[in-house]
Amino acid sequence: MTSLLQPLARLGRRTVEGVSRLGYAARFFLAILLRSGTAFGRFGLTIRELYFSGVLSLIIILVSGLFVGMVLGLQGYETLQTYGSEEVLGVLVALSLVRELGPVVAALLFASRAGSAITAEIGLMKATEQLAAMEMMAVDPIARVVAPRFWAGVISMPLLAGLFSAMGIFGGYLVGVVLIGVDEGSFWSQMQANVDFEEDILNGFIKSLVFGVAVTAIALFEGYDAPPTAEGVSGATTRTVVTSSLAILALDFVLTAFMFRGVS
Amino acid sequence: MDNLVELENVSFGYGTRPVLRGINLTARRGQVIAIMGNSGCGKTTLLRLIGGQIKPTGGVVRVAGQDVGGMDTEALYQLRRKMGMLFQFGALFTDMSVFNNIAFQLREHTRLPEDAIRDMVLMKLHAVGLRGAADLMPSELSGGMARRVALARAIALDPTLVMYDEPFAGLDPISLGVTGNLIRRLTDTLGLTSIVVTHDVQESLKIVDYVYFVSDGVIEAEGTPEDIRASGLPFVHQFVHGEPDGPVPFHYPASAYAQDLGLAG
Repeated sequence: MTSLLQPLARLGRRTVEGVSRLGYAARFFLAILLRSGTAFGRFGLTIRELYFSGVLSLIIILVSGLFVGMVLGLQGYETLQTYGSEEVLGVLVALSLVRELGPVVAALLFASRAGSAITAEIGLMKATEQLAAMEMMAVDPIARVVAPRFWAGVISMPLLAGLFSAMGIFGGYLVGVVLIGVDEGSFWSQMQANVDFEEDILNGFIKSLVFGVAVTAIALFEGYDAPPTAEGVSGATTRTVVTSSLAILALDFVLTAFMFRGVS
Repeated sequence: MDNLVELENVSFGYGTRPVLRGINLTARRGQVIAIMGNSGCGKTTLLRLIGGQIKPTGGVVRVAGQDVGGMDTEALYQLRRKMGMLFQFGALFTDMSVFNNIAFQLREHTRLPEDAIRDMVLMKLHAVGLRGAADLMPSELSGGMARRVALARAIALDPTLVMYDEPFAGLDPISLGVTGNLIRRLTDTLGLTSIVVTHDVQESLKIVDYVYFVSDGVIEAEGTPEDIRASGLPFVHQFVHGEPDGPVPFHYPASAYAQDLGLAG
């Protein structure tokens, strides 16, 4: 009987632990929001983090954007020419990027480049007692260390997604127009006529903003909650990438379901 | 008031596991106090209680007459501005230069102009003999230097109380002597009160005024360095002379050896 109940007990224990951790994460998120005064009052702190999470992610974002756009150009042309409608290649590339691939892929790259770095940094600061030292100096680490990183992530994510999409459109142009020879006029004019600012660009922007909040909050929480050992920090870094990636894809589905209902 | 730190019948535990029981400890102003004991006996927990990082489960911790356990975060932060702490491995901020590490608290808590901050930082660094290292990063420092920078950072705001968590751990003999002398000299010249948590008996007995021995969560013995050296208590004797076996056993509790080897009848 006991052996039968054991898996059930384990499941129960895991559920309780999971719920309690979720509650702790929610309180942590609330604490960041409530103690964000320093991040804006001394904006230099946030600017510095913007450099680390935003500017240093530029290379991977721009290069990936270019290649994704080039692949879209190739694949799109291949399919569209079957129906003789290769002049809408620009629309296909732009809509795919602005609505979906830009926010989602940029967020996935951001999670693995900047998110993991944030977790490792905060985790190691904790393991080497730097956060405890700060507390003993009467400086709140959430206000001084965590909140500026959070807002830097939230600000940089939409900008990076925008740059990813722009670079992707350029990649699509290179392949479609320059390499294959699709008419340049129809490539751009079709794109201009069919990409809607509110339905497409604004919604894409909102998506990337939500992803920015999710990825940065997860990365910060995992770092702050990491056991102060080498193993603990490495586990937390892995969890950041896995959890953020799943959160991005799940949130993307929910947001898309709300945003693009009935949009042709 | 003569006593800066007072612990009255203090207990602390994690969950049901007691770490400290019935601790009475006093640090008078201007004294260097040592808290000694073997690893894991609750020494660092005592510092965390005094700094308000954790709250006692029983008894009272008073610093400058105020009950630390009953304070809210704001009051605690006010009190901590008068405290300095040297962490075991320095805990320097690795993304800041030595200069910025020391200037950190001055910039966070004062509105001093940058010129004044520069002068104050250089004075603190000069006091620990590292004025020339101001522009180095923590990764470029040796263990002993990092400890001295952390000491300069701990006294940056001219605290009244400085706590040291294992200040001698992992240091070479020269750095050991330098750190010990600095603790004594800074305490005397700046009018501080120092609490040193350590297991380095010989080095600390040279510089401290009073010693508390903690073992298994209780204070086993206390006294001046002379009392300690002359003590006949088996635990103190074993500790001071570094004997491998005694009241603190060499073997971790286990079942009978013969039984484990399958030799028991």
